[in-house]
Amino acid sequence: MHLCRHPFSDMNKNGMRQWADFSLVEGEGGGEGTTLAIEGPLRVHAIGDLDRRLEQLDHPFNRVDLSGVTEIDTTGAWLAWQFAEDHDAEIVGESEQARRLIAAISSVEDRPYDPPPEPGPIKRVAAETGEIVAGWGTGFVAVLGFLGATLSSFGSIIAHPGRMRWKALVRQMQLVGVNSLPIIGLMSFLIGIVIAQQGAVQLAQFGAEIYTINLTGRLSLRELGILMTAIMVAGRSGSAFAAQIGTMNLTEEIDAMRTIGVSPMEALVVPRVLAAMLMMPLLGFYSAVLAIIGGAFISAFALDIPFFTFLSRIQEVVPIHDLWIGLIKGPVFGLIVSLAGCYHGMQVKGNAEEVGLRTTQAVVTAIFTVIVLDAFFAIFFSELGWE
Amino acid sequence: MSDPVPEYPIIVEGLVNRFGSFTIHQDLDLKVRRGEIIGVVGGSGTGKSVLMRSIIGLQIPAEGSIEVLGHSITEAEDDEDIDIRSRWGVLFQGGALFSTLTVGENVEVPLKQFYPELSDELRQEIARFKVQLSGLPEEAAYKYPSELSGGMKKRAGLARALALDPELLFLDEPTAGLDPIGAAAFDRLTRELKETLGLTVFLITHDLDTLYEICDRVAVLADKQVIAVGTIPELLATDHPWIQEYFNGPRGRNAKDSQDRVKGMDKLSAGSS
Repeated sequence: MHLCRHPFSDMNKNGMRQWADFSLVEGEGGGEGTTLAIEGPLRVHAIGDLDRRLEQLDHPFNRVDLSGVTEIDTTGAWLAWQFAEDHDAEIVGESEQARRLIAAISSVEDRPYDPPPEPGPIKRVAAETGEIVAGWGTGFVAVLGFLGATLSSFGSIIAHPGRMRWKALVRQMQLVGVNSLPIIGLMSFLIGIVIAQQGAVQLAQFGAEIYTINLTGRLSLRELGILMTAIMVAGRSGSAFAAQIGTMNLTEEIDAMRTIGVSPMEALVVPRVLAAMLMMPLLGFYSAVLAIIGGAFISAFALDIPFFTFLSRIQEVVPIHDLWIGLIKGPVFGLIVSLAGCYHGMQVKGNAEEVGLRTTQAVVTAIFTVIVLDAFFAIFFSELGWE
Repeated sequence: MSDPVPEYPIIVEGLVNRFGSFTIHQDLDLKVRRGEIIGVVGGSGTGKSVLMRSIIGLQIPAEGSIEVLGHSITEAEDDEDIDIRSRWGVLFQGGALFSTLTVGENVEVPLKQFYPELSDELRQEIARFKVQLSGLPEEAAYKYPSELSGGMKKRAGLARALALDPELLFLDEPTAGLDPIGAAAFDRLTRELKETLGLTVFLITHDLDTLYEICDRVAVLADKQVIAVGTIPELLATDHPWIQEYFNGPRGRNAKDSQDRVKGMDKLSAGSS
């Protein structure tokens, strides 16, 4: 008879934890062959590496003796039973509780551990790349389909104006527009300062500091005001749309709407898209105005151009079509940001992780599309002669 | 490592729970005995789930003391709590499975949390047989919660609650939403676990069959308190109108009749053999 020293036995010093252990008994207990005697508490917290040590035994066994076991639970019973099955051994000396547990466990169908096969890393990379590429096509068609569904909902609301949810629209206008005034205002003011200050440093090399006014005024009204606003709204509201609608999808609220006969497109998507399209040009204009004020503010200090002179010069040097360009781009960017948010929200399926992924995608696609379209608009309006 | 289970694993004294100005529990007392299945019943909104959440430390009560397995929950420091957390299992109403993990991985979570020394293979094996013990087919271990039906989610939640062979089991409406055959199997499973493992079970239910079938005692929640605790015959002897209506309503009578039929058949077969 030899005892196996337990590798964790030094942990017993503090008296907190007692581990299950075993010993081998040769030809004792009134029979031939070897008996595996398990001792101590055979419970999940006391098993430690018992299973690994049992696996290393390559020895024929006839019996598994559980008489030294002080406590047992399902995990312990399963371990003993599994060992007995593997070695064709007989379980002896078990307590009443152990017998019942083993009876309950042995009713579980024992099939080999057979997880679904996992492809190798090369195959996985290839498969994932393929899925992404194939996803572009279907994703594009799906977005077009969603745009179509939104437009047809708009159409049916125009045909039946009573179905328009005015309260939801006003609420969304508040969330998208009014609540974002402070952050967009601060951001634009600071950007105006940066443009004027940096522009003045460069223009001073030609002695042309006075053109700082043209630079600040035209850039903010034509390009930066609306672009920065679109990016901010995508981060604030596009993500909120995706997360809200996505969570409603998970909790079956959207299914419930459908069964009651409320179209989620009309109730959720239309007010959000409309609110974003209405508020975006206003926010863009507001942003441009704040950027000009920021520019005038820094010019008064750094360039010796008085504050109100700066503002009145803006009227002279900025052509009115710069304002129109900014205002025309507003609703288009609003449509893109809100559509991306609502579309990705409606696509959420399955689990909470998906809500996060879809929210990220909504923001990324919205900002990317807005920047691409902005480049397109820049060339388009130049070709129109609005230089 | 674990202290023996005290005679009363759950002791609730003078519990007060409020949401804003609305009082749910007022001076609620409850003692659960070791090794019993206690059924908690009460109308909707009487705070059965809130009581359970208070006992497991998710809801901090306004007043009162709660002791679980000899440890105070209401005064516990976070670290002190952990030792009890490995000794109880909780099944939430909807299963509350982690949606980004498979069922098998869900069952592995508590094992990994409390016993990191177990080998990966053993942990996976334990998860696999726990899933099967809870009455799910083996393939279910590799599925995600969103691919399971409501009843299967409940069973998977039970498998996770039982992962550590806890001494205390909390079940929040385990048979709601199950078909009658599945519900009866769930009842049998609960009783079998209680008998083989010596579990103490705190069971919230509306299912009268479950009450008659497996509960040793029933606690009735009404008027912001536990108005009565006892076996069903003891409860029937009280004259509280809600209790009378609950057990003597049409559903209550049906459940009792079917229970009597089963007992009568048992007697018959016992007599004939």
